[in-house]
Amino acid sequence: MALPGPLNRYLLLMAQEHLEFRLPEIKSLLSLFGGQFISNQGTYGKSPFWILSIPSEEIARNLMKRTVCAKSIFELWGHGRSSEELYSSLRSYPVEKMVPFLHSDSTYKIKIHTFNKTLTQEEKVKRIDALEFLPFEGKVNLKKPQHIFSLLEDYGLDPNCIPENPHNVYFGRWIADGQRELIESYSIKKRHFIGNTSMDAGLSFIMANHGKVKENDIVFDPFVGTGGLLIASAHFGAYVYGTDIDYNTVHGLGKASRKNQKWRGPDENIRANLRQYGLEKYYLDVLVSDASKPSWRKGTYFDAIITDPPYGIRESTRRTGSQKEIPKGMEKCPESHVPVSLSYHLSDMFFDLLNFAAETLVLGGRLVYWLPVYTPEYIEEMVPSHPCLKLISNCEQKLSSHTSRRLITMEKVKKFKNRDQSSHLPNDHSLLYQGHNSFREKYFSGVTKRIAKEEKSSQE
Amino acid sequence: MKLFTYNLLSLRVGVGPHGFPLHLQATKVHINPEDFNPDSVAHMIPKVEWVAFLEVTNTLHLIKLPKGPIHGHERDEKFLRKMHILQETDVLEGILQRPRLSFNWSKLISVIQMHCAFSTS
Repeated sequence: MALPGPLNRYLLLMAQEHLEFRLPEIKSLLSLFGGQFISNQGTYGKSPFWILSIPSEEIARNLMKRTVCAKSIFELWGHGRSSEELYSSLRSYPVEKMVPFLHSDSTYKIKIHTFNKTLTQEEKVKRIDALEFLPFEGKVNLKKPQHIFSLLEDYGLDPNCIPENPHNVYFGRWIADGQRELIESYSIKKRHFIGNTSMDAGLSFIMANHGKVKENDIVFDPFVGTGGLLIASAHFGAYVYGTDIDYNTVHGLGKASRKNQKWRGPDENIRANLRQYGLEKYYLDVLVSDASKPSWRKGTYFDAIITDPPYGIRESTRRTGSQKEIPKGMEKCPESHVPVSLSYHLSDMFFDLLNFAAETLVLGGRLVYWLPVYTPEYIEEMVPSHPCLKLISNCEQKLSSHTSRRLITMEKVKKFKNRDQSSHLPNDHSLLYQGHNSFREKYFSGVTKRIAKEEKSSQE
Repeated sequence: MKLFTYNLLSLRVGVGPHGFPLHLQATKVHINPEDFNPDSVAHMIPKVEWVAFLEVTNTLHLIKLPKGPIHGHERDEKFLRKMHILQETDVLEGILQRPRLSFNWSKLISVIQMHCAFSTS
């Protein structure tokens, strides 16, 4: 086996939003592009500055074409705990690696970026002047430079305790920016067709990244709603399928979710949503179907399943069926019959979802979904498991003081043999699942309790 | 409903072990002049149940296809172009059938409600 090439160090500047989701995103993307995540910095907790070791600039560029959690990436030329340390680190950076970007017919500019502190213009100029020892031979061009260099200073995370001198100083060559602007351009405020629980654009892209969605993949959302998650996958070049039990949603009928608009317009559907973003060619089909009784054949054909199942708070959980026992022999139904929907226990829903994913995902394909939890009772073992699926990440997003939802990412690591396999789960698993059944009750009991409490305290 | 979708649908409950393939009676078929993307077609081919796919191309009187995916199809543009019918053929109206049971759909979005009659069988 060939030895791996030399690893270069890169500095990632992360966005300070959705902190827990950042590491799984970067890890997933690096594994997608052939890079490897080497944790050489202990923790990648809350700091916006991450150092990565990756084999090529190309991988760094590919990473930035996908990430919504990182703002920019730099080729790291030097790093220290003080300016002096930085300068000595820069002096030991090989000159032959710098020269291609500093020669006399190139243009450049130097930017100063500070975190948790604002510098005056004078202070900035001083810092730029101090870098004079580097072999800059090109001309400064502030408007359209060929190369941008950045000096980044980290003043910690506590806005109430800003130190005089930075904790860390970095210097590097800017390579690329991430996809933060997608959050704005795909904002649901401007989207044609939305529902009550449409996913925030940023989180939709994060989900597609956790799912390692890539070009030409086939991605499926079994609780498609208005298709927000499909849009993110299609943006990354995947072809998309969706099903939903709600006939009205799939056909874009009924009451509008938007304020000041009573009914949905004639062209409010998922296809039109994709068209709005120029992604219609990635639309395969959207069907009205029941996730508890999937109408998909055996086989492995989905590269990723990315979904936001209903929790019964703002959208109800339903499956098809009838309250009445169907008399024997009655197997005929009218051609256009749409069955009545029944309530659907959350625990059964996740059980079905994992089974379905284990059966239809290709090997290495990922399942990404949200699991609602009642925080005071949450333990990690509550997360549903399946022998064919390996848990990759589990990130929390708080919804209220006592509830949250967790973004669960699983990867298919084993061939699915038969449907009975799943029933070999230990018994206490089904007990833990049942905890989810009462999520709705707990959610509302908590809310009502809090309201009662607030009312009481305002009366006093 | 695209031909690729049709190739993935089945009846999971009740009659028979597989309920696949469903019998398709198409009354309105549309060929979308979609961009041909050879990589996407090549990615779909290994996922296709070939016998069922041959059957439906015959029923709909579409192009003739070989008995199985040809060797090295990923690079055979002529073959991939043929297989593009998986994506560009859109059945707008028709009936999906199983013995003693049928469903129909219309417009752009298919309505598949197959399980309704099977709760007792």
